[in-house]
Amino acid sequence: MKTVSFTLNGKPTRVTTDENRLLLWVLRDDLGLTGTKFGCGQASCGSCTVVINSDAVRACATAVGDVEGKTVTTIEGVATDGRLHPLQDAFIKHAAFQCGFCTSGMIMGAYAKLLKDPKTPPAEVLKELEDHLCRCGAHVRIVDAVTTAAAAMKGGAR
Amino acid sequence: MSPFNNDLEVPDGWGFVQTIDRRDFLKLTTTGLLVMFFVEPLIGRGSRELPQGGRGGGTPADLNAFLHIGVDGRVTCLVGKVELGQGAMTSLPQLAAEELNVPLGSVDIVMGDTDLCPFDSGTFGSLSIRQFGPVLRSAAAEAKGVLLEMAAERLQVPVAELSVENGTVVHKTDRTKRVTYGQLTEGKRIERRLAGRPALEAVSAFTIVGKTTPRRDALEKVTGKAKYAGDVIPTGALHARIVRPPAHGATLATLDTTAAEKMPGVRIVHDRELVAVLHAHRDEADKALGLVKATYTPSASTLTDATIFDHLVNVAPAGDTPFRGGDLAMGEKLATMVFSETYRKGYVAHAAMETHSAVAAVENGKATVWAGTQTPFPLKSQVAAALGLTADKVRVITPYVGGGFGGKSASQQGVEAARLAMAAGVPVRVVWSREEEFYFDTFDPAAVHTIRSGIDAAKKIVFWDLVAVGSGSRGVEHIYDIPNHRTVVRGGWNGNPAGMHPFGIGPWRAPGANANAWARESQIDVMAAKAGMDPVEFRLHNLADARMRRVLQAAVKAFGWTSQPGPSGRGMGVACGIDAGTYAVNMAQVKVDKATGRIQVVRLLSVQDMGVVVNPEGAKQQTEGCLTMGMGYSLAEEVHFKDGEVLDTNFDTYQLPRFSWLPKIETVLLDSPELAAQGAGEPAIVPMGAVLANAVFDAIGARVHQLPMTPARVLAAIKG
Repeated sequence: MKTVSFTLNGKPTRVTTDENRLLLWVLRDDLGLTGTKFGCGQASCGSCTVVINSDAVRACATAVGDVEGKTVTTIEGVATDGRLHPLQDAFIKHAAFQCGFCTSGMIMGAYAKLLKDPKTPPAEVLKELEDHLCRCGAHVRIVDAVTTAAAAMKGGAR
Repeated sequence: MSPFNNDLEVPDGWGFVQTIDRRDFLKLTTTGLLVMFFVEPLIGRGSRELPQGGRGGGTPADLNAFLHIGVDGRVTCLVGKVELGQGAMTSLPQLAAEELNVPLGSVDIVMGDTDLCPFDSGTFGSLSIRQFGPVLRSAAAEAKGVLLEMAAERLQVPVAELSVENGTVVHKTDRTKRVTYGQLTEGKRIERRLAGRPALEAVSAFTIVGKTTPRRDALEKVTGKAKYAGDVIPTGALHARIVRPPAHGATLATLDTTAAEKMPGVRIVHDRELVAVLHAHRDEADKALGLVKATYTPSASTLTDATIFDHLVNVAPAGDTPFRGGDLAMGEKLATMVFSETYRKGYVAHAAMETHSAVAAVENGKATVWAGTQTPFPLKSQVAAALGLTADKVRVITPYVGGGFGGKSASQQGVEAARLAMAAGVPVRVVWSREEEFYFDTFDPAAVHTIRSGIDAAKKIVFWDLVAVGSGSRGVEHIYDIPNHRTVVRGGWNGNPAGMHPFGIGPWRAPGANANAWARESQIDVMAAKAGMDPVEFRLHNLADARMRRVLQAAVKAFGWTSQPGPSGRGMGVACGIDAGTYAVNMAQVKVDKATGRIQVVRLLSVQDMGVVVNPEGAKQQTEGCLTMGMGYSLAEEVHFKDGEVLDTNFDTYQLPRFSWLPKIETVLLDSPELAAQGAGEPAIVPMGAVLANAVFDAIGARVHQLPMTPARVLAAIKG
């Protein structure tokens, strides 16, 4: 057992648990943040993507001990001050989902790219999403949403 | 944090009411207007074709629709359908609002809650709009009729002098005479059994139906707030990981749980054949499961994904001949060219992103199961039977479902959660691993089609003799003008001999119709090429069905198809299909790398006549999904197995379509106001196998006779 301290969605957070446990299940089971989804358990589908510092990371393959002292952002922390992120606005505008189960991971993968550089071209953002699976086939709309959001962020939106 | 706290949640605006406590609901209904409908049992396409096995069941002549109009004038639709991404929670309220003449924003919907919603056999078959839609419309129209009668009494005027505007009944000439639905229902509970059919709003008068409507689930799904079954965490709930055999047909020989039991916080639960390790944290339950030592006697199955096709042909039942006409021998005599081809297709997984998940709590002799299911009512019966409870002691609640595609028609995980919760005395969460998902999936069955057909000197198809093994009868009928024909269907969803399939099979988005269209539309192309005719022209030359001709001609225009016999080298393909009452034509353009055998789809077009389109944007989303998902089973998706073991256990080997696959996608929905709303969730996927096979042939002059068209199969086809 160890106490792991990190910043979660802007708030200082401490979890006392086995540091080898997986971030995904600590988020979901211990901290009640269920927006991060379990899809495959082996970093093959992207459903559990969260952002650590500014990198998109698969929470199902990350030990909670690894986030000590770091900043973790989940889908619940993307909207700030009651305002949706441009990616969220764009996913709504383009209805870029159907069942919604991959949506958190899709948004977080794109969010990380745009967090690093708000001027990232949409094609680069989509490269990041290549390993994110969507079974409903919402891809064409996710492309539109990412393109819209990237344009908005290039223009200074956040 | 328990998202389902039994509070009545009525979100602002237009909400998806995920939870209403039954007691609160009864309170609500005693102060509102409850319209009850007794409608004839609806006989759907699914009634014969879908697997029964205690989960399809019959469709009893029970209450088929509830519609609640509250004191505040808000309308709540209570429907047994579930929201699994297809958008029914957005489109069904459109129908209710249209008929009731209330603002769309004043309509809420409760879905898939067996305590609150009327019986429904399940969300499949593209039936939510096509079959349940008319029921809901009738309910709403009748409610409006009842309210108009009440308003006439209240205002002391004849009904004929009244009209409804935005939920307010207004006198047509004296507009000071008005009363709202809310004022009419206040403090009253009215139950009516309805006899005649109410007059429905004319399509031409629609103001809400047919208009693109934003999805109601959008905000929750982009903020992570949308709750799926695995997100329901009752106080004290434990995750369960169940000890599973390595192969279908393997049986447990020895079991040693001592090492797992020593882990802090672990409980081992036995319930007859179910053995599970329980822990509050999923990853620790996983770890404990890894400590369980179990040995098995091997499966007796010797089948593999290579030997399955001969096996199916050998063991499939003699079958039925659902379609026949003319005289085959005579037809063959008329033929100047005869074609004999065999088409094969492997097993395909549903692979919804949400694995089968359920949470169960048993308290005071009542079981509550939150499940990601397409069939909450059949699951309720299964849970009741498994727990030895009467049906009224079981409630199934369906939160958002993370994709179904037919795979969540089977809800084994709900029964497992309920049994373990009862045995353990605590709420239990069962969230299948991806490996369990691939093991227990009810796969789209492998199929073998043999077709003999012929054309005469005038390039007319003169005979058609099809034997479909494994894929059932949905969409198996040829759609062309063929005088002499026979269609034999050997094996489908029911009546297969034991051991025909080495694991579970079940409905997969347009069950069987994908395989049936792939074989038919490939064969049509084979004949067109040998006839030296453009494949569109050849179809039109042999097609009498005016509705399909219209769709095909619209596709030609939308795609910019120009006539050229195949193989033209352009990589263009066409295929037709009829499914769920909708006529669909797909066109495709592909590039084939002859060195690697890799296919890149460049362009996809879908043109459909689906009757009245309730939510055009929603229908487009479904169509795009069909085209994208359809690339998967056509190009890459195939379940590998050996001796009862499913070798594909996760997404490292089982390949789904990805962003890099994405072609330009175009969707056309033809204006068809004279026809009632038909299915939208499945039809456009049906022609996908054939449209891509035909486009590949057009590109390289070689035909692939087996789905999926992997690079290896493309290379083999090129070699001949």
